[in-house]
Amino acid sequence: MDHHHTHSTNPRELQMARSMCWHCQSEVSGEYFCERCVKVQPVSKDLDYFTCMNLPRRLTIDLPQLEAKFYELSRAFHPDFYQNKSEAEQAISLNNAATLNTAYRTLRDPIQRAEYLLDLEAGAVKEIRTSPPADLFEEILELQDTLNEFRTADRTSAAGQELRAKLQAEQRILERRKQDMEQQLQQLFADWDALQDRSEATSQARSERDRLLKQMREILSNRTYVKNIVNDLVTTIG
Amino acid sequence: MARIVGIDLGTTNSLVAYMDKGTPRVIAGRHGRNMVPSVVAMTDNGLIVGDPAREHLTRSPERTVYSVKRFMGRGLADVHSELAYFPYSLTEQGGVIRIRLGEKTYSPPQISAMILKELKQRAEAHLGESITKAVITVPAYFNDSQRQATKDAGMIAGLEVLRIINEPTAASLAYGLQEKTQGTIAVYDFGGGTFDISILKLKNGIFEVLATNGDTHLGGDDLDRRLADLFVDEIRSGYGIDLGGYPDHVQAVRLEAERAKIRLSETLKTEVAIELPEARGRFTRELTRDQLESATMDIIERTLAPCRLALRDAGLTPDGIDEVVLVGGSTRMPLVRQRVEALFGKRPHCHLNPDEVVALGAAVQADILSGGTTDMLLLDVTPLSLGIETMGGVMSNLIRRNTTIPASAKEMFTTYVDGQTGVDIHILQGERELVKDNRSLARFRLKVPPLPAGVPRIEVTFLIDANGILNVTAKDMRTGQSQSIEVKPSYGLSDDEVERMIEDSFKFAAEDISARKLIEVRLDAGALISTTEKSLEEGGRLIPQSDVDAIRSAVAQLAAAKDGNDPRTIRARMADLEQAAKELTVAMVNDSLQKGLQGKKVSQIT
Repeated sequence: MDHHHTHSTNPRELQMARSMCWHCQSEVSGEYFCERCVKVQPVSKDLDYFTCMNLPRRLTIDLPQLEAKFYELSRAFHPDFYQNKSEAEQAISLNNAATLNTAYRTLRDPIQRAEYLLDLEAGAVKEIRTSPPADLFEEILELQDTLNEFRTADRTSAAGQELRAKLQAEQRILERRKQDMEQQLQQLFADWDALQDRSEATSQARSERDRLLKQMREILSNRTYVKNIVNDLVTTIG
Repeated sequence: MARIVGIDLGTTNSLVAYMDKGTPRVIAGRHGRNMVPSVVAMTDNGLIVGDPAREHLTRSPERTVYSVKRFMGRGLADVHSELAYFPYSLTEQGGVIRIRLGEKTYSPPQISAMILKELKQRAEAHLGESITKAVITVPAYFNDSQRQATKDAGMIAGLEVLRIINEPTAASLAYGLQEKTQGTIAVYDFGGGTFDISILKLKNGIFEVLATNGDTHLGGDDLDRRLADLFVDEIRSGYGIDLGGYPDHVQAVRLEAERAKIRLSETLKTEVAIELPEARGRFTRELTRDQLESATMDIIERTLAPCRLALRDAGLTPDGIDEVVLVGGSTRMPLVRQRVEALFGKRPHCHLNPDEVVALGAAVQADILSGGTTDMLLLDVTPLSLGIETMGGVMSNLIRRNTTIPASAKEMFTTYVDGQTGVDIHILQGERELVKDNRSLARFRLKVPPLPAGVPRIEVTFLIDANGILNVTAKDMRTGQSQSIEVKPSYGLSDDEVERMIEDSFKFAAEDISARKLIEVRLDAGALISTTEKSLEEGGRLIPQSDVDAIRSAVAQLAAAKDGNDPRTIRARMADLEQAAKELTVAMVNDSLQKGLQGKKVSQIT
């Protein structure tokens, strides 16, 4: 069985253009409700999560504002409030609420938000790193050896205890490294947002944009790699 | 819109509540008791539910079902370790446990439906209207199969289940309504058979669940068992009696253990007394709170690990919790309160009755659905990760645990062999990496047009609705056509089976009515026999001996009919007797009239 993830959660596909009410066919000028017949409208497939949440496409966002919008739209879309409505409206409510929940979850977390925005900016090439980042190569190889040794060792023996202590020390080092990467990302996020705010169309701005994208991608993927190794460590040493 | 009631379908007790002008209220039964024991007994006169059924726990243990919630949405292998504790016999058919009661077997949803019907009738009697819609609560950590089984139970009982809502979050609604709380709260819900912990953020009427965790096989039942095992061992060593051969006495021990546990929440020591079989006297002992606590400490400790996991998933430390709320009867135990207080570093709240707060919350949710309450909204999460089986027996995650529901994920499928016409999909729920360590939910076969390998593109949408129940749809991306999917549940009733059980339930209802009719007509017959005999005594001398003989024979025939099971025959013999005794009645009336007239003047009569 072959499958691959598609990273978005899309609402019920549209039968007609977004700008036309599915119910009364009049033009929809309101945000998510037809102003004429007051029916809820499906959130468009093409709407990105930032637009959906009425936020600028930036890596640093106003979290209280995001939460307020999430609560506001939850009150608008949640299936609880559509029990007495038609089946069509109930289906739209369900899909809109599911999309809203995904949008909120994605934007709330800085890493997921960055990955999502990078996909929007440069296309979805979510490669999963299978080999360690260059600067970690030696360290990870050694760690894998220690892990294998620990898996077969008697954990109550002195040797087992020693291996455990070694792994725990390694875990702390990796966690610190992960934090460092997150700090670097914070800086890159700020640089990126500043560049967007200037909205220059110079070639210099373009190459700066490409440089930032490449660097963020690199660090994000290294961070995921380190995170997975740490998770592995935690489950193995318990 | 028709009224929607809120139902707490508990392991030990169940309740029904409704919203009365903005205040949720539990509906009491005829004897003023709010709780219906979740017990169903098969008697010679049909099925009985609740308090009267509870009396049968020791009288006919093999035909009296309790704690059926433990079997909802489960297979026999899931409950293997506790089978010895249940006096009734369990089998399995099509991945669903069946409970044998006399000649028939019943699925757990059918037994639960009988409890639901009792609650439905209670609500109908109180509200004076027909009730067809309900919100039913389940443990937050219930998986898809257990939720679906609960929904099936509602359907079998003739209730449209508009929403399945989690017990701890229901409790938070009742609390929030009462207290107008804001901030982060932890709901610790330790009931008769299940344990849940939910962490919520309350802000401006939005109840957002941040994380939930629990154990659907951990509750007061386990505490009772631990104590009962202790008593059984002591009876074995002290009296040389193995209670294993006396299921009625095992039940008596279990019930006494439960009572002693409850008493020890109020006092420091209590007397335990158990009648022994074969007239061997009574087993008595003193039980102290310390003894209870040391015997059950490890069970209570088991609730703390899920609490820590929930905190971690919510990204919080105990300091981040503003309030702790206790729900469920087992939280009355002082040790439970101490452990919870120690973990969260603050004194837990318990000023709403922990037995009723879930039903009250269900009534609030019912009111939200009917459009009555508009300022409150519950945003709950799915307790377990959802995924599908991939190559090598590994589970691939689609929707992670603690994702706000409704939640959906899309997955694209294709073929890897030319002309392949189907793809088998296996849906799982759980947190482990390997398929075999997770819960199998369902399987289905995706139909694919025969094309070269890799060309078909079928998009499957997995959507967890607001009930926490999975819905699957598929679409061929090349043609844009949707295809219907027949999902075969791994541990659930098929639609056909549920349909049949709904029909059966009407049949049973008819049987129940005829059983009730029989009891009534027998009572009437008994009354007629005794008044006739009294009349014969007083007025037999007024009629010829032949008439007296005829009446006596009619009485004998009615008495014989009364021992039978046919209400119509009894009614017919009653009519015969009334006919035979007509002369006697007339003679007696005349006699008393004449007596009354004696010594009176004509003017006084006219």
